[in-house]
Amino acid sequence: MARDKIRIGCGAGFSDDRIPPGVEIVERGELDYLAMECLAERTIARETLDRAKDPTKGYTPVLLERMEAIMPPALQRGVKIVTNMGAANPMGAARVLRKHAPDWGCPDYTCAVVQGDEVTDIMRAHPELALMEDGAPLESLLPRMASANAYLGADVVAQGFATGADLVITGRVADPALFLGPMLHAFGWSYDDYTKLANGTLAGHLLECSGQLTGGCFADPGKKEVEDLAGLGYPLADVWADGRVEVSKTPGSGGRLDVATCTEQLLYEMHDPSAYITPDCVLDASNVTFRQVEKDRVALQGARGKPRTATYKVVVGYFDGYMGSGEMGFAGVNAVARAKLGIEVVKERLRRRGLTYEEMRIDLIGMNSLHGNDATQAPEPYEVRLRIAARTTDKKVAEAVGAEVRSLHMQGPTGAGGGINFGARQILAVKSVLIPREWVKPEIVMERAA
Amino acid sequence: MSTLVYDLAHARAGDKGNTSNISVTAYSEEGWQVLQRELTADRVLAHFRHLTPGPVRRYELPQLRALNFVLENALGGGVTRSLAIDPHGKSLSALMLTIRLPGHNEG
Repeated sequence: MARDKIRIGCGAGFSDDRIPPGVEIVERGELDYLAMECLAERTIARETLDRAKDPTKGYTPVLLERMEAIMPPALQRGVKIVTNMGAANPMGAARVLRKHAPDWGCPDYTCAVVQGDEVTDIMRAHPELALMEDGAPLESLLPRMASANAYLGADVVAQGFATGADLVITGRVADPALFLGPMLHAFGWSYDDYTKLANGTLAGHLLECSGQLTGGCFADPGKKEVEDLAGLGYPLADVWADGRVEVSKTPGSGGRLDVATCTEQLLYEMHDPSAYITPDCVLDASNVTFRQVEKDRVALQGARGKPRTATYKVVVGYFDGYMGSGEMGFAGVNAVARAKLGIEVVKERLRRRGLTYEEMRIDLIGMNSLHGNDATQAPEPYEVRLRIAARTTDKKVAEAVGAEVRSLHMQGPTGAGGGINFGARQILAVKSVLIPREWVKPEIVMERAA
Repeated sequence: MSTLVYDLAHARAGDKGNTSNISVTAYSEEGWQVLQRELTADRVLAHFRHLTPGPVRRYELPQLRALNFVLENALGGGVTRSLAIDPHGKSLSALMLTIRLPGHNEG
């Protein structure tokens, strides 16, 4: 406590993010804290299903692989770790780490677990809640609900560290809160220090997608160059007790961190810049500026904060049928016409089998698959792939899509090659509701060696 | 005489549910002047009309020479249920950069 400055690094920006830059930032970043963000909107729904099958599971599947690489160098250097890899089972994650960590040379450490983000019971008790997306009552989703988790704030992360823990494992926590939490803990900021909360939230928002701040998602050869993109380093923030923040990246790593990369990441997944709502504050980023302090180091200025709202956002995961898909390639003379014939053949075969779909999407990869533009206006490519995807409530009906596409190899137009049947995958969709804060009861539980 | 947004700016796309947001950041003050004047929400909606009926909202951050466009209903029903090959619409930043603007004043 009562420190003047801390350094927080980002060790992962999504569940399957690259591990080596996470190790690198621990070894070379001179960090005090490492935060790893590994939960997309719907991944926790899958992990909730994993836990239903096996009560010891339900944490992020890559947990052990990532922590085997990260924990030894972090603990050796006194770098404290916070991660939401607990997903649907934070205590399960803590226990499985305790089982394996001695084998990694980490016999002694303390671990705090944040629980209470899961709110499926509250959802069942309040079918009248209105969905944020369309205003419909939550009730319509309840029979198909797979998960429901509230986005907790930085306070629970700070409480985790207040126990003296080396490692804080959470389930659903707002992404920037993983970074703001160590600041609240180290500096004792309170929830009416709006400017400090805003600066810390802004820093978390910039860092939470790892390499997207440091030159990932940016390079355009001949136009916007990124030095050693292959060796892209992860970002870190130097935060002072008075709320000043500078962002930088692992010394000697590849990539770039400058006003341009910061501006792109500031607006990433942001709607109204004057009202970015988090559980910790409402960030007003409309006057934010970035100042290049030195190469790969930028100072953040101008963030303002308004009080946190009286509600938590809850993301509800629910089953929404199955998607089946497949692809087939064509090349050379008349390739596009052959691909189009293949599409008609598959559609007709599905029709004659009596199979119907809620929605079907046809793409000509190489012509219109990404931007959905009018393929009749696109120049004819040398090669093209047809792709057919369709959604239905029946798994077998979904499976027929990719199977029919793949059979074009033998029973379609001439020269069909490189077919893939992606099979059917269950769709886990998400919608959101807001609930009063007081309905949620987060708690910090210490995990101890058995 | 027309100008491609690509020549004036860089862009990044993000997703939330069925809404895409795409930032457009000018390389220079001159480019910013053109973008601020010509890259209107209506022009963006016209370019993305085959993907969304709208609405499109535009936010200005002049101190960063950046515009932020929020395109509702642009992600095929939402990231989790879209049948698109790019359900997040991450590639839509490149579509934004293909917009042509009238009359570039080099100053």
